[in-house]
Amino acid sequence: MHGILTIFRKEMGDHFNSLRFLLISALIVMVGVIITSMVGMAIQEELKGMAKPTLIFLLLFTSTGKLFSFVQFIGFFGPLLGIFLGFDAINRERVSRTLSKLVSQPIFRDSIINAKFLSGVAIIAIILVATVLLISGLGIRLIGVVPGVEEVSRLIIYVVISLLYISFWLGISILFSVIFRSAATSALASLAIWIFFSFFVSLGASVLSDAVAPVTQTASGVDAEMLIRHERIQRLTSLVSPMTLYSEATTTILDPMRKTTRTLVLMGPLERFSMSRFQNPLPLLESIFIVIPHIISIVAITLLCFGICYFVFMRQEIRTV
Amino acid sequence: MKGEIIVETEDLTKKYGSRTAVDHLNIKIEEGEVFGFLGPNGAGKTTTLLMFLGLTEPTSGRAKVIGFDPTREPFKVKEKVGYLPENVGFYDDMDARQNLRYIARLNRISGEVSEKRIDYWLEMVGLSDESTKKVGAFSKGMRQRLGIAEVLIKEPKLVFLDEPTIGLDPDGTNRMLDLIHSLSREKNITLFLSSHLLDQVQRICDRVGIMINGNLVAIGPIEELAKNKLGLDQQDYTLEEIYMKYFKEA
Repeated sequence: MHGILTIFRKEMGDHFNSLRFLLISALIVMVGVIITSMVGMAIQEELKGMAKPTLIFLLLFTSTGKLFSFVQFIGFFGPLLGIFLGFDAINRERVSRTLSKLVSQPIFRDSIINAKFLSGVAIIAIILVATVLLISGLGIRLIGVVPGVEEVSRLIIYVVISLLYISFWLGISILFSVIFRSAATSALASLAIWIFFSFFVSLGASVLSDAVAPVTQTASGVDAEMLIRHERIQRLTSLVSPMTLYSEATTTILDPMRKTTRTLVLMGPLERFSMSRFQNPLPLLESIFIVIPHIISIVAITLLCFGICYFVFMRQEIRTV
Repeated sequence: MKGEIIVETEDLTKKYGSRTAVDHLNIKIEEGEVFGFLGPNGAGKTTTLLMFLGLTEPTSGRAKVIGFDPTREPFKVKEKVGYLPENVGFYDDMDARQNLRYIARLNRISGEVSEKRIDYWLEMVGLSDESTKKVGAFSKGMRQRLGIAEVLIKEPKLVFLDEPTIGLDPDGTNRMLDLIHSLSREKNITLFLSSHLLDQVQRICDRVGIMINGNLVAIGPIEELAKNKLGLDQQDYTLEEIYMKYFKEA
């Protein structure tokens, strides 16, 4: 425990002193503030003279405004944050020849990798919480609504999911920093994985579903069964990507009007009728129930990723240091 | 200077795949002695040191360092044994004092004690004036001296030095050897140094072991080895002559 604490303290100090940390947090804060002020002013404009609807506060995070929403931004940029914080965690020590020195001190070998991972997670948490608080503060001023208990709890869950998700990417980049000697190689490898998951999986999903279950026009329009099959295959394939998991989970948590994570909802006339009559937000607990599988999956892949990282690091011959 | 046995091995063997790096090594080091571990590059010297520290597991055989098995109780060994790797690295963006403080913390040395020790050892290795300079700006000799200070911060009983003088200029080498010599004489620290710079080893070591291709081909005081290999009559032998003789035979 002592070893972890000492290394953790040093790593935190390193992060705070690094230009990299400064740049990333400045970028995230800047983008957050710009998006929020745009969105906030738009909301202000639209709601002039109207009673404020419930749960309007969350719109600050989810409405896209002219560019993209804050949630989308974190979904896209979050992985990069994780990668930046971790891609040279181990190989930096290797190149500067401090790793062999570190392991010859009376500490457990795993405290090195644990402390590196935990310090990265702590930094991510600090950046996320600070940004969300900043946006909330700005939002309160702009739209004049103080968030209620439910909104705050939804935001907390959002931060937790984001933290887990970005930690997954931190784990990926630390894994590559264990495997590759060169920081540049490990950064590029992490970026390649990121690009693969963010662009190619969704592309691959639609190609695959088109190939396996093509949707064809018949005389009586599109066959519903065919459409469902097509949709299901596409959905299952795209769930391979942690990005899909994350964006579905966070949008559902932050938007109580969303009642499912699915994109295609088939309804009969009566259901459609009741939907239009009872347009009510879901209670928090129900939203959580919908995304529980997603959250568990994110936790699982994060733990798995760190587990592999830990295993590889512990098995590595010190000789190669 | 007969003392307790501080390092002892029993058929210590390490194989990397089919290659045997260390082959049935049997060695005994007494407390307080300066032992020179010689051999060409790739002879298995560093591998042996790593096994002594529990950083690499032996394929077979046993080692006992300061009374503990490094494979089973690496913690106990590392607490009292210092290791200066070849070309030791530092955190270049921290100054000398910060580097030492970090290592002291990892060794659970309390703040007050560690500050005192840091002052003392910086003085001893002649780096007091440079203590607030970033280590990145240090010369090779300064880094090596800082490495020595770092190893001694934990007040070890036994120190492994891997090529401590490699890459140093003649003056730096002399100062390093004097420092090593005084450590052994004044602090009663057992020193185990691996090197292939033979004249230096001859100057400071009580006993030497010669390792070639993973085999310990000779061990003993230099005079004794000279007697065995070169014959009694020769007075002005050098370690190099002895070493080359062993090397050619192997």
